[in-house]
Amino acid sequence: MSAKTTVVRNVRIIDPASGLDVPPSPQGGLIAQRGMIREVGPTALTQGTPDDAVVIDGEGQILAPGLVDMRVTVGEPGMAHKETLVTASRAAAAGGVTSMACLPTTDPVIADAAGLEFIARRAREQRGTKFYAYAAATRDLAGQDLTEYGLLALAGAVGFTDGGKAIAGTAVMRRALSYAHQFNKLIIQHPEEPSLAKDGHMNGGETATRLGLKGIPRLAEVMMIERDLRLVEMTGARYHAAHLSTMEAVEAIRQAKARGLPVSCDTAPHYFSLTEMDVVDYRTFAKVSPPLRTDEDLGAIIAGIADGTIDAIASDHMPEDVDSKRLPFAQAATGVIGVETMISIALNLYHQEHLGLSDLLATMTVKPAQLLGLQAGQLKPGAAADFIILDPDHAWRIDAQALHSKSKNSAFDIRPVLGRVEKTVIDGRLVYDRAGALKAVA
Amino acid sequence: MNRATANAKPAPTSSLSGRDGLPPFAHKHILGIGGVQPYDLEAILDCADHYVVQNRQSGAASTLLAGRTIMNLFFENSTRTRTSFELAGQRLGANVINMSVGTSSVKKGETLIDTALTLNAMHPDFLIVRHPESGAVALLSQKVNCPVINAGDGAHEHPTQALLDALTIRRRVGRLAGLKVAICGDINHSRVARSNIHLLSAMGAEVRVIAPPTLLPSGIERMGCTAFTDMTEGLRDVDIVMMLRLQTERMQGRFVPSIREYYHFYGLTYEKLKVAKPEALVMHPGPMNRGVEIGSELADDINRSVILDQVELGVAVRMACLDMLYQVWHPEDAAKHQDQGENR
Repeated sequence: MSAKTTVVRNVRIIDPASGLDVPPSPQGGLIAQRGMIREVGPTALTQGTPDDAVVIDGEGQILAPGLVDMRVTVGEPGMAHKETLVTASRAAAAGGVTSMACLPTTDPVIADAAGLEFIARRAREQRGTKFYAYAAATRDLAGQDLTEYGLLALAGAVGFTDGGKAIAGTAVMRRALSYAHQFNKLIIQHPEEPSLAKDGHMNGGETATRLGLKGIPRLAEVMMIERDLRLVEMTGARYHAAHLSTMEAVEAIRQAKARGLPVSCDTAPHYFSLTEMDVVDYRTFAKVSPPLRTDEDLGAIIAGIADGTIDAIASDHMPEDVDSKRLPFAQAATGVIGVETMISIALNLYHQEHLGLSDLLATMTVKPAQLLGLQAGQLKPGAAADFIILDPDHAWRIDAQALHSKSKNSAFDIRPVLGRVEKTVIDGRLVYDRAGALKAVA
Repeated sequence: MNRATANAKPAPTSSLSGRDGLPPFAHKHILGIGGVQPYDLEAILDCADHYVVQNRQSGAASTLLAGRTIMNLFFENSTRTRTSFELAGQRLGANVINMSVGTSSVKKGETLIDTALTLNAMHPDFLIVRHPESGAVALLSQKVNCPVINAGDGAHEHPTQALLDALTIRRRVGRLAGLKVAICGDINHSRVARSNIHLLSAMGAEVRVIAPPTLLPSGIERMGCTAFTDMTEGLRDVDIVMMLRLQTERMQGRFVPSIREYYHFYGLTYEKLKVAKPEALVMHPGPMNRGVEIGSELADDINRSVILDQVELGVAVRMACLDMLYQVWHPEDAAKHQDQGENR
């Protein structure tokens, strides 16, 4: 951590947590010292710039909190050939993500303090993006016996989930919710009724029928959510539905929130940018779980983000190597990488005027941070100096091979997008600089 | 193309030239019926008609593909389709190699691409591929430098079966347009049904599918057919009844409760056939389960059942597919062969 002072000037400052949104001004900016924010706002630089400060000129672009990605799969332990914490961290920094929460679906599964400590230690070693870890909700992800929620919470687990597997047993889910409740930790569900989804490879319906692929009926998602909502009502526990993909699921969460239930949800960029038509040529690089749905669903997901029903956008980053993807569709692995492209894809919602920049950034900063109880995702004195310089209008084309992840399974290869991260600062250290011009901080 | 003008003799088929201003047949592979223009389908059928005649003359083989190598690559068991392709290749003078890659010996799909690359390095002139996964044949075709014919991929397509069914109907009835065709049985898992729906609807036939609800895939009607769960209703006034095979593992409670229940409601019998047109033809892609999807006597009734015609015409259709692709990939060699005035 640098003892030096870092000053950011000439920026539009957006902090969704405080509602701050001020244009560039001579005295506006941010001062970071010892890894923390000391001053931020339109008058932060009134007292001038310390002599030894490293100055970042934002060139009129946006200063925003570092992004918090609440759903990421990393390859460690056990799948380092797909991604290491080092490559994931580089990809995250390039995508403006300064904190991310990793799924426990590693090999071995993260289900004890040692597993959590492994992630924490590897994260410390590479001094980049901050890694937080979920722990398995059930032992061996088998959906039967609960893991040690209390001890795991003490060891740093930010929530409990079985990753891409639904907690299917109703009695098990009930116990998981009520037990997690006492530690005020989230249970994160992969909402998909497993017997309906079994052996399915894409969204059920005409397209799957044409392709001769077994479909996953769209209602498999809302069915699981509706059951879970009853259990939330019964237990009073906090519940989070991950990667929403269907219109019905968004509506179920919307109504649950209106009833005052302690529920939240997220979605991923592919669910508001791609549809089942993106797999019509058996394109395994767009094979994800839950599957890509229809135009109608895509519209409902966007509406859910715009009206706040969907709390967070998470990348659902899942590295898979070419050998797992260049297969007949039914045999190919699910998942796409996304931590590096999340902001650029999400900015399309702003450019299409579905919601304002601050509201959009809230879904990737303060909101997921609050859900997980992280001190992250905001610009305020005393908070960690994790922030980004964002050019929301820069036009470029995604090149999967140029992304920093070890695996290149992007569903957005060659897609033209608007907006990218110019600089990423974590704990006051410049960890990513697109221009590469500023090398002083390190 | 110049070959038709160089010779005074009439072109034996309409395959590449003389298509009344239509674009030439330009498909590099035959992977499915979906998306193929009706005039290209007609061209294959016209070419196949020619081979039907040739095949009935004893000892009349062609040398069109002399010195060429066809590899039959079957990742799924097959006897009749593989044999039919083998015979088609031999009757065109090609060397045919059979590779049966039982699903048990193939672990997973990296072997599919590896196999493709390995075979490609041997420079085959054609690959005929069957695979249990939908889309696998198209994937393989992207990795090789020769024409690929899909001999069935998962529940996706089986284009040569649909073509031979169409040829059978066309030779018996004289046309496809305007006919009412009912496809009955396990539509859900059937690549034959999908290819036939594409082909028959493209050719202007009215297609119906008949199955228990558990074997009707969702959205099937949007492929261009009408779905029925009542067989009598579905068979009313149809010209053609196409029966599909019901696999045994699907009969014991998973999709239908039992064989006898299935046969009662969906097995084709003379009784059920009464509502169809009096001269309606019965087809089956084989192999048949007598007493499951079709009554035994009906299957053997030469006045109604054209099942053996289908087998015969299958060879001609596959010869036509090889011929058409050969002309796309090797137009000069094909033209030279024709200029020599040889028997195609």
